[in-house]
Amino acid sequence: MKSINFIEMLKPLAIITTIAMSASPILASAASADTQTEAKAQGGEAPANARDPHAYSDGYTLEKGPYALAGPRQLKLADEHKFWAIQGDRIEYNDESESGVFDLLGWYGTTYDRLTIKLEGDIANGRLEESQTDILWSHAYNAYFDTQLGIRLDQYDEGIDRQWLAVGLQGLAPYWFELDMTAYLGESGRTALSLEAEYELLLSQQWILQPRAEMSFYGQDDIENGLGSGLTDTALGLRLRYEITRQFAPYIGVEWTSKFGETADIARAADNSVRDARYVVGVKFWF
Amino acid sequence: MKQDESAFMSRQRFSRRLFVKGLAAGGILSAMPKLLYANTNDTRLGSAPVLSGQEINLVIAETPVNFTGVTRTATTINGSIPAPTLRLREGDEVTIRVTNRLMVPTSIHWHGIILPYEMDGVPGISFRGIAPQETFVYRFTLKQSGTYWYHSHSGFQEMTGMYGAIIVEPRQDESIKAGQDHVILLSDWTDEDPMSVFAKLKVQSDFYNFNQPVVGDFLKDASTLGTTGALEKRKMWNQMRMSPTDLADLSAATFTYLMNGMTPAGNWNGLFNRGEQVRLRFINGSSNSFYDVRIPGLSLNIVQADGQSVKPVSVDEFRFGPGETYDVIVEPEEDAYCIFAQSMDRTGYARGTLSVRPGIVAAVPELDPVEWLDMTDMMGAMDHSAMGHDMKGMDHSTMKGMDHSAMKDMDHSAMKGMDHSAMKDMDHSAMKGMDHSAMKGMDHSAMKGMDHSAMKGMDHSAMKGMDHSTMGHGNRSNSLAKPSQTVRHASTEYGPSVDMRVDTPRTNLDDPGIGLRNNGRRVLTLSDLRSATGVLDDDRAPTREIELHLTGNMERYSWSIDGLEFGQSTPISLHHGERVRVILQNDTMMTHPMHLHGMWSDIESEEGDLLVRRHTISVQPAQRVSFLTTPHDFGRWAWHCHLLFHMDAGMFREVVVS
Repeated sequence: MKSINFIEMLKPLAIITTIAMSASPILASAASADTQTEAKAQGGEAPANARDPHAYSDGYTLEKGPYALAGPRQLKLADEHKFWAIQGDRIEYNDESESGVFDLLGWYGTTYDRLTIKLEGDIANGRLEESQTDILWSHAYNAYFDTQLGIRLDQYDEGIDRQWLAVGLQGLAPYWFELDMTAYLGESGRTALSLEAEYELLLSQQWILQPRAEMSFYGQDDIENGLGSGLTDTALGLRLRYEITRQFAPYIGVEWTSKFGETADIARAADNSVRDARYVVGVKFWF
Repeated sequence: MKQDESAFMSRQRFSRRLFVKGLAAGGILSAMPKLLYANTNDTRLGSAPVLSGQEINLVIAETPVNFTGVTRTATTINGSIPAPTLRLREGDEVTIRVTNRLMVPTSIHWHGIILPYEMDGVPGISFRGIAPQETFVYRFTLKQSGTYWYHSHSGFQEMTGMYGAIIVEPRQDESIKAGQDHVILLSDWTDEDPMSVFAKLKVQSDFYNFNQPVVGDFLKDASTLGTTGALEKRKMWNQMRMSPTDLADLSAATFTYLMNGMTPAGNWNGLFNRGEQVRLRFINGSSNSFYDVRIPGLSLNIVQADGQSVKPVSVDEFRFGPGETYDVIVEPEEDAYCIFAQSMDRTGYARGTLSVRPGIVAAVPELDPVEWLDMTDMMGAMDHSAMGHDMKGMDHSTMKGMDHSAMKDMDHSAMKGMDHSAMKDMDHSAMKGMDHSAMKGMDHSAMKGMDHSAMKGMDHSAMKGMDHSTMGHGNRSNSLAKPSQTVRHASTEYGPSVDMRVDTPRTNLDDPGIGLRNNGRRVLTLSDLRSATGVLDDDRAPTREIELHLTGNMERYSWSIDGLEFGQSTPISLHHGERVRVILQNDTMMTHPMHLHGMWSDIESEEGDLLVRRHTISVQPAQRVSFLTTPHDFGRWAWHCHLLFHMDAGMFREVVVS
């Protein structure tokens, strides 16, 4: 019980951060509305009289025109290359409860168009309890955000697997908040919404504190999967990692999860906990 | 200062761990067999062999190298880093045979040399590259003298060792007299595979930045500036998702900085005799590093820039980017001096020693503290007090009956001291998009009949004392006397490829740049440079103006011009023999050394006065630099940022001269 008390002491910090996170896009838009300079310096629509970037070409192209080398264009730079990465944001396990989480992201593509796969799952009592896989086409929407379009596949150990169409927005909001917002449309008019926000607080160049918040909403009851309509659950996390390298960082943290509304009722009826606070140990990596 | 100290301490802590100063020996492990060298002359310790004459053979191969304690594979020319120094003679036709012993195509570009485009060595533009096992014969006549360099223009080969100096001796007697003549070629080395380094930046663009703002910096600022002050200092950066410590993409976290192929521990040594003048030919042959160079105890007398003579100017320090060269005369009197070249991001340095005999060393200075970029670097000349319409000292009370309806896009930037007292009946209703921001001292005494009632969106905020008495209204050629100061963003600068645009760029050239402002030393700026008599041989006025914006998105790690990477771009078409003005505006927060192949870039002041002839121009953040050029040679040419990663990311244009 002592450990739980200590965890509870940390909770206000996570709550404050979450409030800041959820408010940040609003703050940002308010800020850009009243300070014109920043608003003008980033994003926006090109004015009608904006300069034509091809105006100096006299109609020539990289392949055609005087002195162009014959045949297909030979010089291709990194802007036409495809890159890839696999990122493990949360790979964690709690020995006491024999529970764990994995949260992986992989992408392949160019700067502006990528195939993105997000894989997230919960392990309980040593078994894969549930997992969620998003397979998405990410397309650059503006300097900092990508639109995402694709499908989500839910898998439940005890329950009914579901498939969804996914539409989302992922990127970096003003004040350095990482946001991931996705809306889902499933069979029989099912809808869902998931919101995630993260922030990186650099205590030093290698010690980084990461508050994280996650919320899920469902449009209708899904009793088989233990979900009621409305806000179903939230997760608040606070993780402290040490970057041994930029690509490999073990961490410790605490996470508070809560179920709400009918989802909470279903949990209570099944004698499952509605609120939970636990320590986590994990690694963050990418390659 | 407290913040600086903490930044310095944290950097020190990291530099101990991260900054690989190298092995004492350094350099090529097993030198290539002697027979591969053509015309091998004397080799100085740590310096490249010198090749001279009109026939030169170069062989490109992979050779093992060990700078940091681990053996890596370098791409080398005749088995040395730097590659052999080519000592050529103005007016000579040279034949250079380049044999490729790699498994991949290669190329050599003769940086700064004016030659036919087929000889320029850019694969896919000038020629098809040199296939494995092939020999390509370069043949061209040297029309110039001075210090230049050569390097691969294929992939990241330059970064793995393919660079060397070119010295073109003047046909006439050398006017710069010096007892000793040393090439000092600065470069950078990474043990990593450059493509994997690039790929890391695609995932995390601040991967190699270990000077990021941390909580402790904030607390220190809060104690000196107050919490509000500390928040205010960070507000715009955080709001715009920009880092004030984004000074270099690659740092000593991966780089070992080299001087003539020697690590700092290896300590390249150049000799001199006391009392004689020493000519140092500084070449920045690095892939991605700006260097701030000084020799404590010596004044650096700059006599040439990019191989071209300038009116000598004496400084304590200069900054130069990849591609740039400076020839410096020093007059050493002590036994030993340290040549100290710290990287712009202050994570490490290249270092060597000038001494009267081998083996003596001079004290190596500490790295300067890391400075944060400031609002000048982000926003340029933005001055809130001058915004709005608080025109002062102007009297429009009697303006009448003028018709300016055909005036468009005029640039009154240099107007000063206006007097509108006799203006009458003017009609300015159709004027649009004018920028009068820098007008001073104007006199409108003969204007009559003006109507300004329908003017929109004009900003006269900085007009002072104007004189319009001899204005030829509607005559646009006048506007080319001086570089336009009207910012014209490209339509493609509003998409995902561009993270910021500068609306109020600075046009002054007298800023040494971040980290060098007010450091107590006299630091060279572009405004200090004046070509020597005869260098600027084309005094025609430009007939047109080309405006290009240097753009990027740090979060996505993409670099472009006008928001378009190379693959999306179309060539810039120049007409043979025309005199054309190019305005480069930097809409990013990094300095970009822009290198235009095949023709000179004659930098002009904001007033339109020709200053200095260059082949590579470093444009600072939020700066707008103007130059004139005359394309004398037909063909297709490359034009790019010489930070290798920026070039490869797409900050690259093709130029067609026809």
